[in-house]
Amino acid sequence: MARTSTAARPSKQTIPTQDKISIALTVNNVERTLQVSPWTTLLDALRDHLELTGTKKGCDHGQCGACTVLVEGRRIISCLTLAVMKDGAKVTTIEGLAANGALHPLQQAFIDHDAFQCGYCTPGQICSAAGLLAEGKAKTVNEIRELMSGNICRCGAYPNIVAAIQQAMGQTGEKS
Amino acid sequence: MINFQYVRANDVADAVRHIATDPTAKFIAGGTNLIDLMKDDVERPSRLIDISRLPLNTVEETTDGGLRIGALVPNSDLAYHPLVQSRYPLLTSAILAGASQQLRNMASTGGNLLQRTRCAYFYDTATPCNKRTPGSGCSAINGLNRIHAILGTSEACIATHPSDMCVALAALDATVHVTGPDGERTIMFADFHRLPGDTPQRDTNLRPNEIITAIALPAPRFVTNYSYLKIRDRLSYAFALVSIAAALELEGGTIADARLALGGVAHKPWRDTGAEAALRGQPANQATFTRAADLLLRDAKGFEHNAFKIDLARRGIARTLTQAANGTPQSQADKKVR
Amino acid sequence: MPSYIGTATSRVDGRAKVTGTAKYAGEFGASDLVYGAVVESTIPKGRIVRIDVSDALRVDGVIDVLTHENRPHMAEAPGAWKDEVAPDVGSPFRPLYDDIVMFNNQPIALVVADEWETARFAASLVRVDYERAAHATDLYAVRDTVRDLQKPFKSSKPRGNASAAYAAAAVRHEAEYYIPIEHHNPMELYASTAVWNGDGKLTVYDKTQGVQNVQRYLCSALGLSSDDVRVMSEFMGGGFGSGLRPQYQVVLATMGALKLQRSVRLVLTRQQMYELCFRPATIERLALGATTDGSLESLTHEAIAVTSHYEEFARDDTTWADGLYTCANTNYSHKVARVDLCTPSDMRAPGATTGVYALESAMDELAVALKLDPIALRLRCYSEREQGEDLPFTSKALRECYREGADAFGWDKRSPEPRSMRDGSELVGWGMATGVWEALQVPITARITLTANGHAEVACATSDIGTGTYTVMAQVTADALGLPIESITVKLGDSTLPQSPVEGGSWIATSIAAAIGTTADAVRAELLRRAQQMPKSQLAGMSPDNVTLTNGKIVSKQNPSHSALIADVMRHGKMDRIVQETTAKPNDIGKYARNTHSAIFAEVKIDEQLGIIRVTRVVSAIAAGRILNTKTGHSQIMGSVVWGIGMALHEETLIDHRFGRIMNANVAEYHMPVNADVHDIKVIFVDERDDIINPLGMKGLGEIGIVGVAAAIANAVYHATGKRVRDLPITLDKLQR
Repeated sequence: MARTSTAARPSKQTIPTQDKISIALTVNNVERTLQVSPWTTLLDALRDHLELTGTKKGCDHGQCGACTVLVEGRRIISCLTLAVMKDGAKVTTIEGLAANGALHPLQQAFIDHDAFQCGYCTPGQICSAAGLLAEGKAKTVNEIRELMSGNICRCGAYPNIVAAIQQAMGQTGEKS
Repeated sequence: MINFQYVRANDVADAVRHIATDPTAKFIAGGTNLIDLMKDDVERPSRLIDISRLPLNTVEETTDGGLRIGALVPNSDLAYHPLVQSRYPLLTSAILAGASQQLRNMASTGGNLLQRTRCAYFYDTATPCNKRTPGSGCSAINGLNRIHAILGTSEACIATHPSDMCVALAALDATVHVTGPDGERTIMFADFHRLPGDTPQRDTNLRPNEIITAIALPAPRFVTNYSYLKIRDRLSYAFALVSIAAALELEGGTIADARLALGGVAHKPWRDTGAEAALRGQPANQATFTRAADLLLRDAKGFEHNAFKIDLARRGIARTLTQAANGTPQSQADKKVR
Repeated sequence: MPSYIGTATSRVDGRAKVTGTAKYAGEFGASDLVYGAVVESTIPKGRIVRIDVSDALRVDGVIDVLTHENRPHMAEAPGAWKDEVAPDVGSPFRPLYDDIVMFNNQPIALVVADEWETARFAASLVRVDYERAAHATDLYAVRDTVRDLQKPFKSSKPRGNASAAYAAAAVRHEAEYYIPIEHHNPMELYASTAVWNGDGKLTVYDKTQGVQNVQRYLCSALGLSSDDVRVMSEFMGGGFGSGLRPQYQVVLATMGALKLQRSVRLVLTRQQMYELCFRPATIERLALGATTDGSLESLTHEAIAVTSHYEEFARDDTTWADGLYTCANTNYSHKVARVDLCTPSDMRAPGATTGVYALESAMDELAVALKLDPIALRLRCYSEREQGEDLPFTSKALRECYREGADAFGWDKRSPEPRSMRDGSELVGWGMATGVWEALQVPITARITLTANGHAEVACATSDIGTGTYTVMAQVTADALGLPIESITVKLGDSTLPQSPVEGGSWIATSIAAAIGTTADAVRAELLRRAQQMPKSQLAGMSPDNVTLTNGKIVSKQNPSHSALIADVMRHGKMDRIVQETTAKPNDIGKYARNTHSAIFAEVKIDEQLGIIRVTRVVSAIAAGRILNTKTGHSQIMGSVVWGIGMALHEETLIDHRFGRIMNANVAEYHMPVNADVHDIKVIFVDERDDIINPLGMKGLGEIGIVGVAAAIANAVYHATGKRVRDLPITLDKLQR
């Protein structure tokens, strides 16, 4: 049956991958320089190159929202963003929301309202909610629900997520 | 994803130069659709030309009272732009019906026009698909075609165009401004997207060496009597089964002018000027709306799993026209249909 | 001391989860880490004639490509691949074992490269030639090949004569219901990081609901010694049953690490996860016969579910009525039909979710036929004893669920006629259903380490898949040792810790609470023994039952002024810690049925013209004994209701049976509820005292919340529209049929 051997490497010339490009990102207020291939997404750059694994990969196709981060203060999908295209950008991830050990009001509200179970979608939910607060477009419960619909929570914590966002809105002076 | 090259264009002319030298290259702006397709090896560009930093990100009033929207204006910025919200609320509503806020923050106006179909066979390289591999056959015609087209289909392809924004742009008589090696030209929105015919691999009439620079809207109309209604399998963040953009100008109870365009039913945003003509000069009532719907759907053809769309579209058209006539446009946040 | 048990204690791991510091399986690094990518079959059945990896190997940065032709040794005997929850019948899937293709998207090669994108690119260059074989993936197409279970359920013996009673019944209802394949779709991608520690030793970070199950499986399948492999899963981004059995990525990552003698990370794609496991498509046939007053005379429930060609997976869909309704004549049968897909698996309340959907839909139809209120019918048939074996229940507060649920919902304002309630352009429907699940307990071991500084660590190799295990372990330990919860550290998800079965079936919280209880008893006894060795001990002559631990002291229950400081006891005994470990087994409580129950009430609003369905309100009234943590417990039930909404309205895995391929293997077209789909969900825990089931009177909550929800919604859709849709999901086009 099967035998162990390293697959014989063909002698023909190699197929090149991509030349690395040097980019600078300001991630959570820290300037980082990294060498990435053009095909490396911002998500993989954060997780594999900068070891910021708080940002999650849930589908890698922009369908679940787990990879949501803030770029220049706007929430975006990092799995559909090439890192090279964000050279020079300011990125905020879940690791950058708590200031000096004090939780961001959204983080505290998510704990208070048990707005998660497994926790995997949570960083994306919180970053998305931070973007939502900054946008200032959600005034009603229905608007929060609609504008948070890009973040799937398979544990089904949605009502608690909405309650947590409402709590944080109160704290940040937004109308709920 | 294949091992593409990456270059950044310095200006529009530079971008056109890059694409002209490499016909297998692609522009990238928001990337929300292209990167998705590249990860599935559906799109295999030899080179990505990054146009995201070109100065095409402004919304400006034009001398004829319309708007010129830079091709790189993010969908969300466009939706919430004060001039769009106040003068083209149909466009705002349609944009906010699509995707999620994160994706709208990334996706560009020009890129939205170039979205490719959500047909599952197009995405799955293990199955035949004429759009992906011309001549390989259409798996959808006799396959899972619940989300597929009922209008303008061909033997080669029954895919739909997935955009919401484009349905409103079609209704609003937008024009597409493009630049190529031979200079600029303008494409009427109705002529921008194609029907599949026997070349379903071509979604649009944009030439391979052209770049979209702007979308122009004529002077505002239909500010009061409009609605965008999207019908889908869950209440948000799903592609349309059928979506309807309706806009009316009323004089008393009579329709002075009308626009009617559908999404989710064809290979392109489906606008039917014949149906619009049938609305003009008629009383704004159910009989008129139903007649227009019947006219629009006169050649509709269902397949095994999507025949329901014909009747759904018929009801949806009447409903959306009612919303428009009543001045009660559908809210994208409140899920009760008005 | 405050008692934590029964309170709304916030998750002790909450901070780690909201700050992004909780690490999941694909997030552990190593200095020698390389990345894997899986090549999958593109045919559903056949044989690999040729697999050409030469182009993949030419890619700069590719380290190796493993196929069935060059993989390291693995066990050949199917038995060596049986994990603790593998089906009894059949031979488990062995990744890269040979050239046989048994399902589409089967893993057939593993590319390992220095970067993930390189591995993915190289994987796309592997060329495969197949010899195809005829396949079938459609349950309806293979329905005539249906077969009895080779290992039947012991509970499904017939009572009386169901067919004769049905023929004679005054009022009858018979119908077939269908539940399509559904996928778990936990948010975390399946992932394993096999860290090479040198000398053949590995630490494998795996996405699993059972680290010891995976550890034993890897040792058995890959011929490793138990000391060589440690499996870790401190956090898991959702399981719902998909992580009960070891999944193939852990085999491939481990095999890669063994072959290359370096650390390998393998994260599956979302698409690949659709060929790990799923809830089987099931056809359910119900035939109910009743007297005109609604007494059940005959109940037939037959299920046909898909399984794979290589394993017989089956969960009992058909006997749940025995915990709910009296009926003298019953006939239950569960059969399987084989398709060319991977083996199905447990998925949230397996068997009950599907079977009770059908049962409770049929009961609603019977109520309509009888012109009886749906709750009245259920009360008419209410069983005080479990019917199959005629057993008493340890507790069954289902009547209270009906009453409290109905009150909270406002059921008495329901107008019984379909299409008789509306809200403007929307038809309003109110439906209800019953839920039932088992209250299981399993043997499990807990270790407590109490240190002289007043800190305790509680440890067990169980998992917290989002269910709140960390938190309930901390609560129970804090109460048992009289310590503030901040002084408790919980260790879990490590195969080297005291034994635990897989986390599933709603059995862990109850079981681990019992084990912590007995272990804390042992800690207290040891402390007392030591205290009594101190000069002039105030606790002399007392038994462990006479003392309690509180506020850092060991205290006489009779005379609280008699006590000893734990720190003093330890100091006197020259100890810095007390370590105790005990195993709790299910109590021998005699012959009882152990179940949780629920009543679910749903309101739908349906646009009359367009058929757009909104689930505007759900009330779920749960009887599950004493609730350990009302906050995390509430979340479990609420999340289950969201699952029920998805099952009723959205979820369906679409297969093109011509190709035998899943065509919506993503989370854009496999629709799950999003935030906008979920409105008001009210969870009620009814008071259910249970002095029999276990000392704390607890039952589990992981499954009961989903059971019956889809039926309640389907019944509400009928009430709104007069249209009975019997094949899930209820999409708007089905209302137009």
